[in-house]
Amino acid sequence: MRWPWLALGALLIAYPWLVSGTDSAAFLQDMGVLVLLAAIGATGWNIVGGYAGQVSVGHALFFGAGAYLPLLLYQHWLLPPLLGVPFGVAVSLALALAVGYPTFRLVGHYFSMATIAVAELVHIVVGNWDFVGAAIGLQGPATPRGWYDLIFLSSVPYYYIFLAVLALLLLATWRMQQGRVGYYLRAIRAGERAARSLGVPVRRYKLYALMLSATFTSLAGSLYALKNGSIDPDYGFGILVSVRMVIIAALGGAGTLVGPLVGAVILIPLETWTNTVFGGSGSGLTYIIYGGIIVLIARFEPGGLVELWHRLVATRAR
Amino acid sequence: MSLNLLQIVVNGLLLGAVYALFSSGLTLIWGMMNVINFAHGEFVMLGMFAAWLTQRYLAGGPLVFTLAAAVVLFLIGVVIYVAIIRDVMRGPMLAQILATFGLALLLRYAVFWAFSPDVRTLPAGALDHTLDLGGILIRLPRLVAGLVAGALALGMHLLLTRTALGSRLLAVAEDRQAAMLMGIRPDRLQALAWGLAAASAGIAGALMATFFPFSPLTGETYALTAFVVVTLGGFGSVPGAMLAGLVIGLIEQVSAYEIGPIYQDVVVYGLFVALLWLRPQGLLGKA
Repeated sequence: MRWPWLALGALLIAYPWLVSGTDSAAFLQDMGVLVLLAAIGATGWNIVGGYAGQVSVGHALFFGAGAYLPLLLYQHWLLPPLLGVPFGVAVSLALALAVGYPTFRLVGHYFSMATIAVAELVHIVVGNWDFVGAAIGLQGPATPRGWYDLIFLSSVPYYYIFLAVLALLLLATWRMQQGRVGYYLRAIRAGERAARSLGVPVRRYKLYALMLSATFTSLAGSLYALKNGSIDPDYGFGILVSVRMVIIAALGGAGTLVGPLVGAVILIPLETWTNTVFGGSGSGLTYIIYGGIIVLIARFEPGGLVELWHRLVATRAR
Repeated sequence: MSLNLLQIVVNGLLLGAVYALFSSGLTLIWGMMNVINFAHGEFVMLGMFAAWLTQRYLAGGPLVFTLAAAVVLFLIGVVIYVAIIRDVMRGPMLAQILATFGLALLLRYAVFWAFSPDVRTLPAGALDHTLDLGGILIRLPRLVAGLVAGALALGMHLLLTRTALGSRLLAVAEDRQAAMLMGIRPDRLQALAWGLAAASAGIAGALMATFFPFSPLTGETYALTAFVVVTLGGFGSVPGAMLAGLVIGLIEQVSAYEIGPIYQDVVVYGLFVALLWLRPQGLLGKA
């Protein structure tokens, strides 16, 4: 079971070089960056939504906090955006507690409703608050003042930074999955009452999962802001940011290690393709397809593509 | 109380009655099968568009387009139950939430694609008047919407508590297995519940379309409003949703007047979070 992993790793490392000879090298490299970013966000969602089975539909909350804080530090005090990353994580953790602490003693639907309500609340407040740029949002430094501003002309350096972050997050997720926390979370997902009766501190571990998830997602937001150099309320806190994380993880396989990466590899090129082919009206169509995919997964294959794959392999082996 | 504020209060209560109507649909579905319908706001939006299409292409007046919205949404609700919810209901919670959430996106952007994101209004036709009740100005469409919605929400409550059909619905809600042993077919009743819930949202949408501009994206706000109302009223309680609907309508209108219309939703969602911290079982719910 080790060689597919090595092959996948090698492919991901070699990707910018592999496409560099083609006519649309810059486009494909940029797409690679988008895929990695989407995979990082969905990996974050996957901890609480997949492993712990607590479905958040407002993860834009943490993505937005992670994206806003670095640029906020630059905007007001001209600090390097990189310094804002831990602040983004801190704000995300506070938001995670505010949402998770009250709802995790209730049945799961309350958590889902609270995530979407709080995300919308923050979206509206940020969109009307001049200190954080209101509807226009925030800008990063236009020209690099040093390496620490992380501004590069080519997308290749971003690709490798994002790849390194994704590798770290996947490693952390894997460690968690193998350890006690992983067992606890799977027990909680399978049946909360049963887990509690076996002595799992259910509420506490759901909260841990959400905090870890919020941290990862906040990092995804920070990376987005660092690369993009700007952020606005819709790209930070909009509902579609949350939707993208949910659908990517669920398509690949919620609660599996590679699910988010698989989902991102399929969905991001698909999204780019529909937007190019259908132009301006494509945005609507993209989300029709998103909605359709989510409904189909929920109805026919809640385990996502990874589970489907495992089943196909198992039938062939027999 | 100044006359101005009194006018806001009356309008808030009338709007609250409409909130009560579509929220009681959401709470009915929750009570019967423990499913939260994230597409409930889209049902309201579809009701608005069904009414608009009826008015535009069949030249129907307020009575006709409200009925049309009710019938169309009832059918949509039943179809969605049979095609999706019936199978997803027994699956993991992830599948349940994803199914209705995906449905919300699908419906929202299908309408967006078909009818463009333009903001529309629905002419109130024969209802287009303003009443002057001793200095309090009330738009007739709002008055009619509030009264009709209040009556229908009450009707829903009476249907559940006073009729044989209602007791069968409640029997399924209470214990599906036991209901089956009594010869009740839960499947049909759950389909009916989805139809009723969607129809209540559709009627509410048609009623509001005469005084609120709407677009394919308006549904999300109504879904969140319904969540807040249902939580405040206690999940599964129709009388709770009726009371909470009035409270939320009132709070929303008063805060729009006192703080500013941009922040009316912030106040309501903030109330929701406070509620989850302090009294998650709601006003009338049991702990």
